[in-house]
Amino acid sequence: MSARIQLPAEARRGEIIEVRVLIQHPMETGYRFNDSGTPIPRNVIHTILCAYNGTEVLRAEISSGIAANPYLQFFMVAESSGELLLTWIDDEGVRGTERQSLIVRE
Amino acid sequence: MKALILIALVFCAVPAAAQRRVIPPSDIKSGFEFLGPDLKKLQQDDFANPGTLWVDRGEKLWRAAAGGDGKSCADCHGDARTSMKGVAVSYPKIDERTGKLMSLEARILQSRVERQKAPPLARESEDLLALSAYITSLSRGLPMEANIDGPARRNFELGEAFFFRRRGQLNLACMHCHDANWGRTLFEERISQGHPNAWPAYRLDWQTMGSLERRLRACLSGVRAEILPYGSPEYTDLALYLSWRARGLPIESPGVRR
Amino acid sequence: MFAGLCSLPSLSRAQSQVSDPAIVAVTKGARLVRERVKLEMPVIAENGNAVPLKVSVTSPMSATDYVKAIHLVSDRNPVRNMASFNLGPYSGRAELSTRVRLAGSQNVTAIAEMSDGSFWMDRTHVQVTLSACLDES
Repeated sequence: MSARIQLPAEARRGEIIEVRVLIQHPMETGYRFNDSGTPIPRNVIHTILCAYNGTEVLRAEISSGIAANPYLQFFMVAESSGELLLTWIDDEGVRGTERQSLIVRE
Repeated sequence: MKALILIALVFCAVPAAAQRRVIPPSDIKSGFEFLGPDLKKLQQDDFANPGTLWVDRGEKLWRAAAGGDGKSCADCHGDARTSMKGVAVSYPKIDERTGKLMSLEARILQSRVERQKAPPLARESEDLLALSAYITSLSRGLPMEANIDGPARRNFELGEAFFFRRRGQLNLACMHCHDANWGRTLFEERISQGHPNAWPAYRLDWQTMGSLERRLRACLSGVRAEILPYGSPEYTDLALYLSWRARGLPIESPGVRR
Repeated sequence: MFAGLCSLPSLSRAQSQVSDPAIVAVTKGARLVRERVKLEMPVIAENGNAVPLKVSVTSPMSATDYVKAIHLVSDRNPVRNMASFNLGPYSGRAELSTRVRLAGSQNVTAIAEMSDGSFWMDRTHVQVTLSACLDES
């Protein structure tokens, strides 16, 4: 599974920046059937966490109501240079991560 | 049964050429033009287009060693951004060694098995789609230009015949929707011209990436016709006809479609 | 005339919202007013599998006055609580976008939970169109 994070290349200290994340995941609802007619068990990402330099900047608790390959766009205040860590966990306990760094100038 | 055959014969007896309404070159429109504003925006968003996830994965796989000899695609083909640029515009094409018409997916599988000595990837598997999406994306913006001369001519004619032949319980040929009725509304959708320039594409109905072959299977299902197995030569022949029919349209992959 | 009346946030409307169990689960029965939240979704969605959604909330997002969470509730999905997003002063701006699944045409409600414990909402109706062609490929 791959994921993408988009941050501006750099920001001024205190600037509100846009963060975009995209995670490859089927968000299987549990209501679909495979070719042989057996139900496909539910497996959705239930938690998406974004932490910047160790501090949580977004926590999303999501359900099958979020589209496959979840996309999120949100904002955060850029205080200092560092790294955004994106973590997601699904019903099967699979955890994925992706990182992106940001340069903050005075 | 006899009556059914008779009806079928009556419809087939009309020379196909008489029913043909081929789209004039000035009216050729990508399926993109038939999308609503939200999906247009999604396809054009280089970050949020979900197909980019497969392209990213394909880029990693290009450099990853696979198979007995531990070779990657890059070990033979170098940097795909130069070696694979423009390659997708002329697929499907005749493989010089076997003389057979091959889709890009089939060509990737051939390399993987014969050159990399790796186990074949399943059709529509994440890895095969990732590689074909990555390679096709490197031709984005370049016009499609199928070669239908020489040995490809026979495949082209078979594909063309497929396009104009009625099939399935709805007794429709490809041309009935995509040549004769494009732009009109079916249920709540606008019928497109059925061009292959966005594939592999992310399809919302599937909620995943899929190949042109899967899309053609969906059309067969739509007219309640027999769905031919993956890898059937009919799909590749039809894809060649479609590529020729769409000649000049820019490659859009990874496209976004309903 | 009637259409105009229906679009006004009336008392009876507020009460009917509060009786909806999926919304009460979020608000714990607190008063919910249709203000300060703006929910943007297409009037007609081409496909229910990925419908764009944007929520923005009027808030200074200061250390003492900020949006704690944004909740999305569907009227007709089998799982009605679509998502909860936890924000804070570090967010700078109370706005987010995502893509949601809608199991048919329905209302979607966005609820903002503020740092002072108050709840605000907006609601929109989305018409979901179906595919013209059967696909059992």
